[in-house]
Amino acid sequence: MDLIALQNVRKQYKTGVVAIHDLSLNIEKGDFVFVIGSTGCGKSTLIKMLYREEKPTKGKIIVGGIDVAKLRNSKVYKLRRKIGVVFQDYKLLNKSTAYENVAFALEVLGLPKDEIHDKVIKALELVGLKNKAKQYPLNLSGGEQQRVAIARAIVNGPKLLICDEPTGNLDENTSLEIMSVLEEINKLGTTIIMVTHDTTIVKKYKKRTILLDSGRILKDYKKGTYGNESNKNTK
Amino acid sequence: MKAIRILSRNIRDSFKSVFRNFSLSLASISCITITLIVVAISMVLSLNVNRFTELVEKDVTIVAFLDLETNDVEINDISQKLKGLNNVESVKFKSKQSISEDMMASSETFKNIMSEWSEAESPIQDTFQVKVKDIKLIGKTADEIKAIEKVDVVKYGEGMVEELVSIFDIVRRASFIAVVALIVVTAFLIINTIKITIFSRKREIEIMRLVGASNLNIKIPFIIEGLILGVLGSIIPIIATCYGYTAIYDKLGGKLFSDLIKMIKPAPFIYFISLVLLIIGMIVGMFGSLRAVKKYLKI
Ligand SMILES: Nc1ncnc2c1ncn2[C@@H]1O[C@H](COP(=O)(O)OP(=O)(O)OP(=O)(O)O)[C@@H](O)[C@H]1O
Ligand SMILES: [Mg+2]
Repeated sequence: MDLIALQNVRKQYKTGVVAIHDLSLNIEKGDFVFVIGSTGCGKSTLIKMLYREEKPTKGKIIVGGIDVAKLRNSKVYKLRRKIGVVFQDYKLLNKSTAYENVAFALEVLGLPKDEIHDKVIKALELVGLKNKAKQYPLNLSGGEQQRVAIARAIVNGPKLLICDEPTGNLDENTSLEIMSVLEEINKLGTTIIMVTHDTTIVKKYKKRTILLDSGRILKDYKKGTYGNESNKNTK
Repeated sequence: MKAIRILSRNIRDSFKSVFRNFSLSLASISCITITLIVVAISMVLSLNVNRFTELVEKDVTIVAFLDLETNDVEINDISQKLKGLNNVESVKFKSKQSISEDMMASSETFKNIMSEWSEAESPIQDTFQVKVKDIKLIGKTADEIKAIEKVDVVKYGEGMVEELVSIFDIVRRASFIAVVALIVVTAFLIINTIKITIFSRKREIEIMRLVGASNLNIKIPFIIEGLILGVLGSIIPIIATCYGYTAIYDKLGGKLFSDLIKMIKPAPFIYFISLVLLIIGMIVGMFGSLRAVKKYLKI
C-alpha cells in the first residue's frame, strides 16, 4: 500500500522559479527512500510539499490518506502529527535540555506528564542518548544533537520520517551512526524519506533512490540498483 | 483535561519567558506603564470635569425678578411664556411673601427690619427661578426672558458660568483624544517590542508548527504572555492613581475653587479607574502580542 502518492505535481514559487515540473511518484508504506540530485534541483521543495510547508501549484498529493494539496492552513497540524521532520541544522532549542527538547513535541500536544516521560525516555533510548538526557544541545556533539532531533521527530510515533540532509553537517563516522539509527527506526515500521548529497551513504545502504534533475525525476532506482549502475558508467 | 494541561503548561512557560527575556519584557512593560499613567490622569481629569459640569448645570438658575406691581393674571401669563421658551427645563415661581418668610427665618436681623415693612413698602419682588436645558445657551435664554414684559431684572452667574462650562468641555475633549491616541500609540509600540521578543523565539514557533501544534495552541502562550505584560505594566499606574488621587482629594478638601465644584470621592472611584487600567493593560498586551505572532503563523 502506498503511504505517499504524488500526481502531476508542479511547484512554481512566487518568484517565478519552477522548482518541480509535473512530477508523479508513489512511495510504499515502510519503505526507505533516498532523494538525490544536484543543488537546486528541487529536493527540499519536494519534501516540503509532503509536510505542507509549501503548497503545490498544481497536482495532487496524498500523504497517509490526507489530501495535502487541499489541506486548509488551519488543519495542517493534523498532518504534522503524522510526520516527523529532521533537518541538517537540527533546529533544537538551545536553552532546553535534550529531554526537554524531545518532550516539547508532546507537551504542545497536551499529553499527560507520565506519558510524555515514558515516550521521551523510549525515544532517547532508541537514538542511544538516554544517558545525555539532561545535557543542553550546545554541550553535545553534532551527531548527538542530530540524534536528539531524530528522537523529537519520532517521539510521537509518526508514520513518516522526512530527513533533509540529516548528515550534511556531520563527518563520515558520525553520518554512519545516524544512518544506523534511521535504519533502526525504519525497521520498527516508520517510512523514511531522506534527502542527501552523500553518495557514499546511498551506495552503501542500497535503498530505493530517486534522482531529481531540474524538478523532474531523472531516474528512479529500485532498491539496491543505484550503486551497481554508477559502478558501470561512473555517473 | 487536555485543554487544562495545555493551558497550565502555557501559563508556566509564559511566566518563564517573561522573566527569561526580561530586558525585552521590561521594554513592553514600561511602555504600557507610561501610557496607562497618562490614561489614568486623563480619565481622572475628564471624569471629574464631567461631574463638575453636571453639578454646575444642576445648580445654575436664572432668576427673573418681576416688576413690583405685577398681578396674578400677568404672573400666570409670564409663567406660560417662560415655559414656552426653547431652552427652558423647568420654571418655579416664588412669591414675595415666601421670599420674605424665608429671609426672615434665616436671620434675626432680617426679621427685625422686614417686620417693619408694610406690603406696599417692601422692596422684595416676585421671582421666577428658571432652569435651562443647555447651559451653553444660558446667555441667550436670559436675554429672551428679559424681553418678556413686566420682567424687571434677570440674574445668573453671567459670563462665568458659560466660560467654566466651555473650559470643562475643552478639557474633556482633549483628555478623551489623548486617551485614544495614547492607546493606539502604545498598541503599536507593544506590537513592535513583542515582535522583537517573538523574533528571538522564531525557532520555537517553527518547531511547534513542525511537531503539529495547532495555530491556537501556538498563539495561547503569546496571548498569555501579553496578558502578563499588561498586568505587570498596570501595577504602577494603579498604585499611582490610588495614592495620588486620594492625596490630591485630601489636600484640596474634595473641592475645586468653590464649594460648588466638588471632586469625585476617592472610593469607589479609584477602584473603578484601577479596574479600567488593568483591563486596558491586559487587552493592549494581548492584542499586541497576538498581532506580533500572527506574522509567523501563516503558511
Ligand atoms: N522559498 C522559495 N522561494 C523562491 N524560490 C525558491 C524557494 N525555495 C527554493 N526556491 C528555488 O527552487 C529551486 C529548488 O530549490 P530547493 O531548495 O528545492 O533545491 P534543493 O534540491 O533542496 O537544493 P539543495 O541541495 O541546495 O538543498 C531553486 O532554484 C531555488 O532557488
Ligand atoms: Mg535542500
